[in-house]
Amino acid sequence: MAGRATGDHFSRKLLTAMTGKTATTQESVFAARKITKVYHMGEVDVHALRGVDLDLYRGEFVVLLGPSGSGKSTLLNILGGLDSPSSGTVFYGDQQLTDFDDAALTRYRRYHVGFVFQFYNLIPSLTARENVGLITEIASNPMTPSEALAMVDLADRADHFPAQLSGGEQQRVAIARAVAKRPEVLLCDEPTGALDVQTGVLVLEVIQKINRELGTTTAVITHNAVIAEMADRVIHLSGGKITGVETNTTKREAAELTW
Amino acid sequence: MNSLNRKLFRDLWQMKGQAVAIALVMSCGIATFVLSRSMLHSLQLTQDTYYQRYNFADVFATLKRAPESLTERLAEIPGVGQVQTRIVVNVNLSVPGFDEPASGKLISLPETHRPRLNQLYFRQGRWLAPGRDDEVLASEAFSLANDLHVGDTISAVINGRQKKLRIVGIALSPEYIYEIKPGDLLPDNEHFGVFWMNHEALSIAYDLDGAFNDLSISLLHGASAPEVIQRVDDLIEPYGGLGSYDREDQLSNKFLDNEIEQNRNMGMFAPTIFLAVAAFLLNVVMTRTINTQREQIAALKAFGYSNLEVGGHYLKSVLLIVAGALLVGIPMGIWFGGVVTEMYAKLFHFPEFTFRIYPSVLLGASGVAMTAGVLGTIGSIARAVRLPPAEAMRPESPTGYGPTLLERLGLGRLVPPVALMVLRQLERHPLKTMLSTIAIALAVSVLVLGNYMQDSVNYMMAAQFHWVQRYDMSVATTEAVADRAIYELGSMPGVLLCEPNRYVSVRLRAGSRHRRVGILGIRSDSDLFGLVNMDGKPVPLPPGGLLVSQKLAEILDVGVGDWVQLEVLQGKKPIRQAMIAGTLQDFAGLSVYMEIDALRQLMREGPVVTGAHLLVDPKFQTALYRELKETPLISAVTVKQHAIDSFDKTVAENLRVMKSINLLFACIIAIGVVYNSARISLSERSRELATLRVVGFTRGEISAILLGELAVITLAAIPVGLVCGRFFAWWMTIAFDQELFRFPLVISQQTYAFAAAVVLVASTASGLVVRRRLDELDLVAVLKSRE
Ligand SMILES: Nc1ncnc2c1ncn2[C@@H]1O[C@H](COP(=O)(O)OP(=O)(O)O)[C@@H](O)[C@H]1O
Ligand SMILES: [Mg+2]
Repeated sequence: MAGRATGDHFSRKLLTAMTGKTATTQESVFAARKITKVYHMGEVDVHALRGVDLDLYRGEFVVLLGPSGSGKSTLLNILGGLDSPSSGTVFYGDQQLTDFDDAALTRYRRYHVGFVFQFYNLIPSLTARENVGLITEIASNPMTPSEALAMVDLADRADHFPAQLSGGEQQRVAIARAVAKRPEVLLCDEPTGALDVQTGVLVLEVIQKINRELGTTTAVITHNAVIAEMADRVIHLSGGKITGVETNTTKREAAELTW
Repeated sequence: MNSLNRKLFRDLWQMKGQAVAIALVMSCGIATFVLSRSMLHSLQLTQDTYYQRYNFADVFATLKRAPESLTERLAEIPGVGQVQTRIVVNVNLSVPGFDEPASGKLISLPETHRPRLNQLYFRQGRWLAPGRDDEVLASEAFSLANDLHVGDTISAVINGRQKKLRIVGIALSPEYIYEIKPGDLLPDNEHFGVFWMNHEALSIAYDLDGAFNDLSISLLHGASAPEVIQRVDDLIEPYGGLGSYDREDQLSNKFLDNEIEQNRNMGMFAPTIFLAVAAFLLNVVMTRTINTQREQIAALKAFGYSNLEVGGHYLKSVLLIVAGALLVGIPMGIWFGGVVTEMYAKLFHFPEFTFRIYPSVLLGASGVAMTAGVLGTIGSIARAVRLPPAEAMRPESPTGYGPTLLERLGLGRLVPPVALMVLRQLERHPLKTMLSTIAIALAVSVLVLGNYMQDSVNYMMAAQFHWVQRYDMSVATTEAVADRAIYELGSMPGVLLCEPNRYVSVRLRAGSRHRRVGILGIRSDSDLFGLVNMDGKPVPLPPGGLLVSQKLAEILDVGVGDWVQLEVLQGKKPIRQAMIAGTLQDFAGLSVYMEIDALRQLMREGPVVTGAHLLVDPKFQTALYRELKETPLISAVTVKQHAIDSFDKTVAENLRVMKSINLLFACIIAIGVVYNSARISLSERSRELATLRVVGFTRGEISAILLGELAVITLAAIPVGLVCGRFFAWWMTIAFDQELFRFPLVISQQTYAFAAAVVLVASTASGLVVRRRLDELDLVAVLKSRE
């Protein structure tokens, strides 16, 4: 077992060295190889991912850009351990996610990943503080819910229920919840999809701040090309394939964005 | 408290109305379980300890006269433990201040020692003084009913002579826990009592010096009762033995066992219904909750809550509802236990009866309630556990509505659009629609069942007192006498009509099966004694042969045309053959009727009688009582009105209590089911309804859409429930089918109407409560929330 894992690890390093445009000195957090995902919908097979190779590096801010239905969410869910690919391998550091059983995936999500969803997915019967608490209670080295809420500028709304918050505020609570455990990676699936521009920008600012201040590797999904301007790297997805990767020479501040 | 538990409590609080309704339905199941099981064990324990401590005999026999020397030979029978011989006689009594005749049993007590078997529990006063022939111990039941105390006197006709007897003590016996006159269906403690008297006094009065006429035997452990009975019968036969019998046929024990059996049945039946309904309601609510919380579940899982934690979270909320139900149901069951204990006190006379709470029963109740809760919800919880988080993030695709049956038939245009929406909704969830219908139908059927018992007993009593017993009084003679004596009765004051009868104790035998019964010989043109089936149809008395209870025919496994052996248990004890000429579907006991002359012919005797049925002018009733009391020939007088009064005092009262309890239960079920269905529909459809409001539908229209569904389900459920109720009643009739009572399947129109009305009212009330919520529907909030 151990021997094979080391071998895989070695070949992965090798692959990175051969294909990586970015400096090989950068440590990769995720390495996905040849992943496919097929959904069987009765008679038809939906190929959501058709062989994706992808690396995410420590501390970087990546935007996954692509039209609706291109497989962005599927890819993100696989990286986050919410789903597994039909074929291919995914490494998280030197651990092979695609070998994980359900319990191991749960532990992985519990200790390493922070999610932000398009529709916030807060627990409506819990206050902002309690929604964050729900996660810090099971994490190994969390901040306090108050600290996390302060990071997203919502300290004063800590005792409000989701229904008493605006969409942008709810999304910031969701970000506080995602980062309170100090995750290694922050995965955001269309975090501004349900928000107006101003609120969307506010949310993006918070995400950018987390990425900078905590150094959390961050992947943000969007179909909005403007948002891509704030990324270190932009990965284009179309029809379940990566159609291009570009590195931004100059990153724009979230606050400067508009669409 | 951690955040997940906080969510649990807040979510429960959100659905508190439903949680309370479900917990209440469940608590009814728990209460009936606790009541029936505890009562079952309490009765059994009390019966066992009473029987053991007071040496209740195992085998009993009555005979004419046997010498005491027979005792030793009886004791030698293998398997026999103790033998207790005694004198037992039936006497007419009069209680000072009462004109009405009463009758009793005088039982002899040894003067120097306690009886070996059937010992007395001494309540009050003192024991009989040796040598006294004018002292008695009275049974507690009779003393209480007649307000008699130590020191009071009664008089009895002892062997034809009026004698004053002083009550020196009050006692109870394991033989007379249910103190009932042989042949009666219900105890009438005011007019029938048991007394104990010195042996010597009785033996002198009845010329039984050195002899006995009654026998009790205890068996050694492991002895076979049928074998001992056979041997005892052989021994006592020459002395006019009437055939011995074991506890199973001992009257008091038989009624007590019957009650224990009923508790056993109720302990199965009632909790099953309530817990099944509760499980169904939990299922609906939990399925709905988990559907609405799909995305919350996905978020929990995305953040690393394990499947176990998520499943445990929902299981906990189910268990909290079960715990609430236990908190209500257990005290409720214990309280009902007190009520039923009071009811039993009127019927069963124990030295002491306590309704005990058994930890094992409480554990059992918790176990079955939890099982019901878990069984009801395990499916939806498992779905929550299995829910793939990635999938749950995707919005659910809209459920496919299709054209309804009505539309497919091309009738769609005849129905208003609101009605179409209701029908489509119902057709979309056929299973849920069906289950809701069944649950409401169950509520209806519990209501039917609750009143059925009373309908049935009322019918039974009416039939017994109007169709069968058309007489006012029935008298029995001390022995078979020439029918001339009866014509004298006919000329007594106030007697309008007098019909003689002949009663013979026999054992009917068909192959290996047999039963001790009495044959009542009456005239085929009798006006005072009606032979009718349960349905009220008169059954003609066949000119020859036996007319037997259907139940007896079943027990003996014989049919019309079969021959049975008829072993007479008295006189010269002849053995005859007789044909089953007909069967009778009667309500109680095992009866055999025969045309009186045919019976006499079978017995090869002249025109003798053992009693008569009388029709009496009420004006002369008191005078007639007095005269009958003075007539030495008459050993017992039974007044029909007394039986009716006693019924009203005991059984009718008990039935009323049971009925109110049942009504309470049924209302809880009805409201629980209807309210829950309405709330679930509201929660499922608030978004759609709010949208309709926004696009201009009126409040009335959207109420119609929501409540129309409920109305359709309720209206469909009512007839189903009425039919189910009848089925349950029938089932109960079978379950309770005993040799003692056979409840007729009679359900009155009022019972049906009442059941339907209660459920309609409950539905309407729940509908109105939900409608109020609909009026308060926050359109903006509903539309803003994503579902
Ligand atoms: N659970 C699923 N079952 C069936 N098809 C799915 C499922 N999830 C995603 N798909 C399909 O896979 C493709 C990619 O979906 P997704 O990753 O959600 O795209 P995106 O997030 O880029 O809009 C789409 O065609 C979608 O319909
Ligand atoms: Mg998506």
